[in-house]
Amino acid sequence: MQAVFANFDEYLKAFGLTIGLFVVSGIGALVWGTILAVFRVGPVSILNKAAALYVILFRNTPLLMIFIFMAIAMPVLGYNFKFVEDFEIAGYNVSAFFFRSCVALTLYTSAFVCEALRSGVNAVPLGQAEAGRAIGLTFGQSMREIVLPQATRAVIPPMTSVLIALLKNTSVAAAFGMAEATATMRALTNDNADQRIGIFLAFAIGYIVLVEVVSLSSYVVERKVKVAR
Amino acid sequence: MSTSVLFDAPGPRTIARHRIYTVISLVALAALVAFAVWTMYDAGQLEYALWEPFVTPEYIQYILTDGLLKTLEMAFFSIIFAVVFGLAFGIAKLSDHEWVRRPAWLVVEFFRAVPVLLLMVFAFYLLAIGDGPLSSFWCVVIALTLYNGAVLAEVFRAGINAVPAGQGEAAYAIGMRKSQVMSAVLLPQGVKIMLPTIISQMVVVLKDTSLGYYILAPGLTAVGKPIYLEFGNQVPTAIVITAIYVAVNLVLTWIATVLQKRLVGEKKLLDVPMVGEAHAGGSATAP
Repeated sequence: MQAVFANFDEYLKAFGLTIGLFVVSGIGALVWGTILAVFRVGPVSILNKAAALYVILFRNTPLLMIFIFMAIAMPVLGYNFKFVEDFEIAGYNVSAFFFRSCVALTLYTSAFVCEALRSGVNAVPLGQAEAGRAIGLTFGQSMREIVLPQATRAVIPPMTSVLIALLKNTSVAAAFGMAEATATMRALTNDNADQRIGIFLAFAIGYIVLVEVVSLSSYVVERKVKVAR
Repeated sequence: MSTSVLFDAPGPRTIARHRIYTVISLVALAALVAFAVWTMYDAGQLEYALWEPFVTPEYIQYILTDGLLKTLEMAFFSIIFAVVFGLAFGIAKLSDHEWVRRPAWLVVEFFRAVPVLLLMVFAFYLLAIGDGPLSSFWCVVIALTLYNGAVLAEVFRAGINAVPAGQGEAAYAIGMRKSQVMSAVLLPQGVKIMLPTIISQMVVVLKDTSLGYYILAPGLTAVGKPIYLEFGNQVPTAIVITAIYVAVNLVLTWIATVLQKRLVGEKKLLDVPMVGEAHAGGSATAP
């Protein structure tokens, strides 16, 4: 444990990077996953099939292989994502490593986001929408007033699982040059082999705290949107 | 489309509009595929020389024995140990004694919330590096066992809870002891409900064996590196290895679906509470 306290700023920085990866790729995955889900449940059958294929491919591919695609195969094709290093956000340069990791995590997680959203829409009983149409609501109204509110409630638990999995999956970025929590834990253990158990526990607790924050906030949201049925 | 909650059956005008959307999206998808292929062609990654290793018997054998076989071995050992671990802790979580239930809950929650890669790195430094007693192969197995065992513990608990309460009560009524009720009545019925979920978990295990790459373990992901370092065929290698993973996982998913239909019927999969849900008072069980 002493090694962690001696390098506490490094510990915080590492988890900061983990959180950064989580937030950026979480937003990316929610956006891209929602687009996929729209394709998946939408009326155009070719887009249905394309989104289904995407989901099958990315759900059955190890995340590490997607990272290998982004970090090792893409540069050969001429995409090294160096251009992102020209941008500056609040005084920080975005590194190509960070960008690549976020893209890999986004591509992978969006498949699960798509499935969570689809299961939410499917959880709305058919009779609800039919009743809405029967009383003359338009498509937009029945979406806004009937389908989406119920789907949102059904989506929260699976979506939380997806986000928690994403939080834990950010650790894979450690293998591709990101000094996030797992990589830092490895480096610290390397330097202080006698304290490996304490270091492991310190980093495990960090992850557990983050996981609990995500699951507690989902619990709060769930309580907020819950209605008696 | 008439069964969708989102739309009515389309009328003639909507069908015509959908036809236009279909054409547009077909063109867009075709353009995307063409662009991907062209990019690969432009970078010279479609040349036969780069794909040749994957039709050369020695390399096929290398990929299959040093890669796929090792990956399957790791996944096999992990899932077997994880089932044992999960069974022990799943039953412990259902124990009547608080001093058994609490520690079991703690262990399960801990290993479910910690990234499996962190566990792997820890096992690697604890047991493998220097003159440690185990190879990195077994460190991968240990990490996957702990993580998936914790997940399966939750599955077992939910599965046993999903057996109708009358079954256990009837068994107690005819004078069975607690261990008998568990082993002769609850588990045999619970396993039937849990089996598809366990097999789906095997897909997770198989995918996670690839994380061994970070601690220098063998496996399908690891065999790619010497091949692309020798031939400079990064893209073909990544495509071939990914295709093998996807194929194996699809076979597992197919088995899970068949078992699901055979054993459980068309009911939905077992509902397992997620990490951190226990303290929120949610002890969700299957319907």
